[in-house]
Amino acid sequence: MSEIAGKLFSWVNDRLPIVNTFERHLSKHPVPSKVNFWYLFGALASVVLIIQIVSGIWLIMPYSNTEEEAFSSIEYIMRDVDYGWVIRYIHTTGASMFFAVVYLHMFRGLLYGSYQKPKELVWIFGCTIYLAMMAEGFLGYVLPYGQMSYWGAQVIISLFGAIPYIGESLELWVRGDYYISGITVSRFFALHVVALPLVLIALVFLHLVALHEVGAGNPEGVDIEEFLDDDGVPLDSVPFFPYKVLNALVGIGVFMTVFAIIMFFFPEGGGYFIEMANFQEANPLVTPDHIAPVWYYAPFFTMLRAVPDPLGGLIVMGSAVAIFFVVPWLDRSNVASIRYKGIYSKIALVLFGVSFLTLGYLGTVGVTEVRKTMSVVCTVIYFAYFLLMPIYTKYEKTKEVPKRL
Amino acid sequence: MQDKDKTRRKVLIGLTSAVGLSGLPFAATPFIAAWNPSAKAKAAGAPVKLDVSKMQFGQQIQVSWRKQPVFIIRHTKESLASLELSLSKLADPNSDLISEPYKGLFPTRSKSSEYSVMSGVCTHLGCAPKYFPEVEPKSWDATWSGGFFCPCHGSMFDIVGRVFKGVPAPTNLIVPPHMFDGSILTIGEDKEL
Repeated sequence: MSEIAGKLFSWVNDRLPIVNTFERHLSKHPVPSKVNFWYLFGALASVVLIIQIVSGIWLIMPYSNTEEEAFSSIEYIMRDVDYGWVIRYIHTTGASMFFAVVYLHMFRGLLYGSYQKPKELVWIFGCTIYLAMMAEGFLGYVLPYGQMSYWGAQVIISLFGAIPYIGESLELWVRGDYYISGITVSRFFALHVVALPLVLIALVFLHLVALHEVGAGNPEGVDIEEFLDDDGVPLDSVPFFPYKVLNALVGIGVFMTVFAIIMFFFPEGGGYFIEMANFQEANPLVTPDHIAPVWYYAPFFTMLRAVPDPLGGLIVMGSAVAIFFVVPWLDRSNVASIRYKGIYSKIALVLFGVSFLTLGYLGTVGVTEVRKTMSVVCTVIYFAYFLLMPIYTKYEKTKEVPKRL
Repeated sequence: MQDKDKTRRKVLIGLTSAVGLSGLPFAATPFIAAWNPSAKAKAAGAPVKLDVSKMQFGQQIQVSWRKQPVFIIRHTKESLASLELSLSKLADPNSDLISEPYKGLFPTRSKSSEYSVMSGVCTHLGCAPKYFPEVEPKSWDATWSGGFFCPCHGSMFDIVGRVFKGVPAPTNLIVPPHMFDGSILTIGEDKEL
């Protein structure tokens, strides 16, 4: 029996590079031997991606993408479909968790210089994934056609209107109607369930292929390729499988526990994951008293709001995301990790983190004079972190990086 | 390959690519045009008519044109006279920043001396401002003399929809094309325009 199985396997393997691929990308793929928990979030992000794809496919089945039925089909899923509520809450919790782990993953990048040469492309693919995720999340939020779906989309689509000359016709083209109607919902549906997932999967593939080409980093910023054994394998490395895979499983276990607790006990996340106004059907004639984005867009929403002019706001918000793409060329430091960078980099990163969180908080609450000033200050700090990076990373005293991990 | 042949091949490649690329806009047209409002959507966006003679003085009603709120207000003489009071707060009292169809005709900004007709879509990011006609201190303005307040980002407008200084909204509320036939108001169409 096992002989037959072996023969069958080698028959397939002669025609499909199973063993080669497994060895190259898993069992013999060298990864740094010493990393910390910050290096878990990439794996967690791929876990959430799979969760989102599976739960998403199951949500498409009972969902209806028409103006009349979109909202009621969500209620139908919640009430009448067996375990429909579980599947929907998996998907909504998954959306927030996706952004949570990706934000931590990106912060890890800033912390340990994961964008530095030769990992620029890995970083750029990552930034593009983040951009695609923002679009994906927005499109998905419109689908239930609740009040916040409608008015959130209204705000975002009118951003196109701020573009000079073509703005208004562009807005009409995006909506396909004079308001956000069933026509808009069904095209957003197509983009959300087919177009962007394809883009996301392709980008994740490129992100990983590029990463495996240049090798993963480590919190010390040590180049493990410097010291190789006789077989050309870095001395400070372990094979990805089983060492890192089993290691990651522990992290995935903890993560899934947190996920389950949120999903079963706090699916609305206090109005931050699913906003309360979205439990009402969309009404184009009544704006909710308080329009706030979901938490993961809040920092950028605050920047948009901090600028009085819509076009200016759009430019500031766009730049806030776009500036991530050029980080590899803004950092002029001779070391990668924050552990060996100087005091300026450390202060800058702390200020950046604080301003980002503050911007996030400000985006979820109403506007007052004090908060308006705070959002301007935080926006300035946010951009200063990036724009001054070539200066403070170049003219600070760095510590010497050890040769071995 | 000889250099002469390479040049010839380059020319051929260039020509073939050019012909191929020139087809691209044609191939893209149906995909882009399919996103335009359909004939059905356009028909649903046709003008709306209503009788405004039953409105109370000072009353604001909201009608839906293209599913967007349009505000109609029947002003009193007093409220129109009080427009002067908040003049200093306005960013663009004469609507110079936008192309307005009935500019300078009446203080109401509409085709009528009594009714104001304006789009209820905030010029900042498209929320619907709320009508607060009372002259009394408000949490957003201690010297409030009546008008519209947008709950989304705090933009303020006076009772004829003119924007205040220092708020996120860049321009006055838009006045849609409209016409009066006696007391019948048509929104979305003006035969004289």
